[in-house]
Amino acid sequence: MTKKQIKTTVNGVEHEILVDSTWTLLETLRDHLGLTGTKEGCSNGNCGACTVLVDGKSSCSCLVLAPEINGREVTTVEGLADHGHLTPVQDAFVENSGLQCGFCTPGFMIATTALLKENPKPTENEIRLKLAGNLCRCTGYDKIVRSVQDAAERLANS
Amino acid sequence: MPNFDYESPTSLAEALELLSKPGEVRPLSGGTDIIDQLKNNRRNADLVVDTKRVPELLKIEANGSGLTIGSAASCTEVHKYVEKTGGYPALAESTELVGSVHIQNRASVGGNVCNAAPSADTIPSLLIHEAVAHTASAGGAREIPLIDFFAGPGQTVLQKGEILKELVLPPTNENTASAYLRFIPRNEMDIAVAGVGSLIEIDRTSGSITKARIALASVAPTPVRAYGAEEFLEGSPANEDTFAKAADLAVESAVPITDVRGSAEYRKELVRVLTRRTLGICLERLG
Repeated sequence: MTKKQIKTTVNGVEHEILVDSTWTLLETLRDHLGLTGTKEGCSNGNCGACTVLVDGKSSCSCLVLAPEINGREVTTVEGLADHGHLTPVQDAFVENSGLQCGFCTPGFMIATTALLKENPKPTENEIRLKLAGNLCRCTGYDKIVRSVQDAAERLANS
Repeated sequence: MPNFDYESPTSLAEALELLSKPGEVRPLSGGTDIIDQLKNNRRNADLVVDTKRVPELLKIEANGSGLTIGSAASCTEVHKYVEKTGGYPALAESTELVGSVHIQNRASVGGNVCNAAPSADTIPSLLIHEAVAHTASAGGAREIPLIDFFAGPGQTVLQKGEILKELVLPPTNENTASAYLRFIPRNEMDIAVAGVGSLIEIDRTSGSITKARIALASVAPTPVRAYGAEEFLEGSPANEDTFAKAADLAVESAVPITDVRGSAEYRKELVRVLTRRTLGICLERLG
């Protein structure tokens, strides 16, 4: 195994970690930094359960190698709330019941956060298209779409 | 995951030196194909060379001599750039079809080319815009017309130690339009059952087609051009009748297989429909 010393900022906290070249970012977050909010679903980029932000861009952490994040900033679902205060996106998911089992929810909230930053007023079609990389097996998506629409309104009024 | 070493060079010279090392050395730009292939033992590696920190490979630049796309530039960055500058509408469309937003944020257009899937969505767009693959290696550089770049499913003509440096597309003009459509059974996030890219240039006075390029995805072991349809289109009037005949001819360039995504017969029919539709979109775009 080849080890690499990397420096990365995760949720605003700087870490120096000795990683294996073959670890994914997902493994690094869950197994070595204890950030288990990011979920492992398909492990091949189809389901979006492991979505995190890398330098602000939504990415499947199962398709990123740990040494690739050297010098980069990573945000996981744990990094959204500020000292226990949920973000408007998180509040919208809670209040619109945009989840059932919750396994896909961290990925959806990260993906929604990135979407609304890029496009603060998406149409329903745009929401469904841009979140197509996140799968939910419970909700049928309707309440997730409502949550995203509500989150957009909350952000516009905040 | 197999055991491999990882390096992230910050200059092209350093990258080429690493790529010429013995053993299986794999370049990685977005990683969205290669990491999955390594996990599933579909490709192997002793050393992975991350090309994302090499500035030349991230370049996206349009000027009088055309559009240059560094091989590590992401689909998202290429999409945004081409949307803004215009001139390559098929490329703008196809870069937005590769996987999800999360995939497009990392996956590079160059990687989509080097992965050489017959179904790759960006390749027909690059082919109709006559992209040339500029390669680099410790032994020298090559310029390969993209149509000659593919050797089979998942295989390119790149040699050991050679890397795709950039794709160079010649400039377009206001009498040219292009379009890409693919068919998938859902609305997004799927692999093309068939895909067609079309480009036409017209003479505004006579209304006839002065240049035509059609490229097909997912209907042969490599992406292919529909030369017969192109020849017929050039010199013909730009109208629905011409497009219907060209669509019939495009089918003759398709040699698809029957697999889980669709039968050979179905794919041929898709080529007919998508060729006609993309040509129609080109005409609309020419206003």
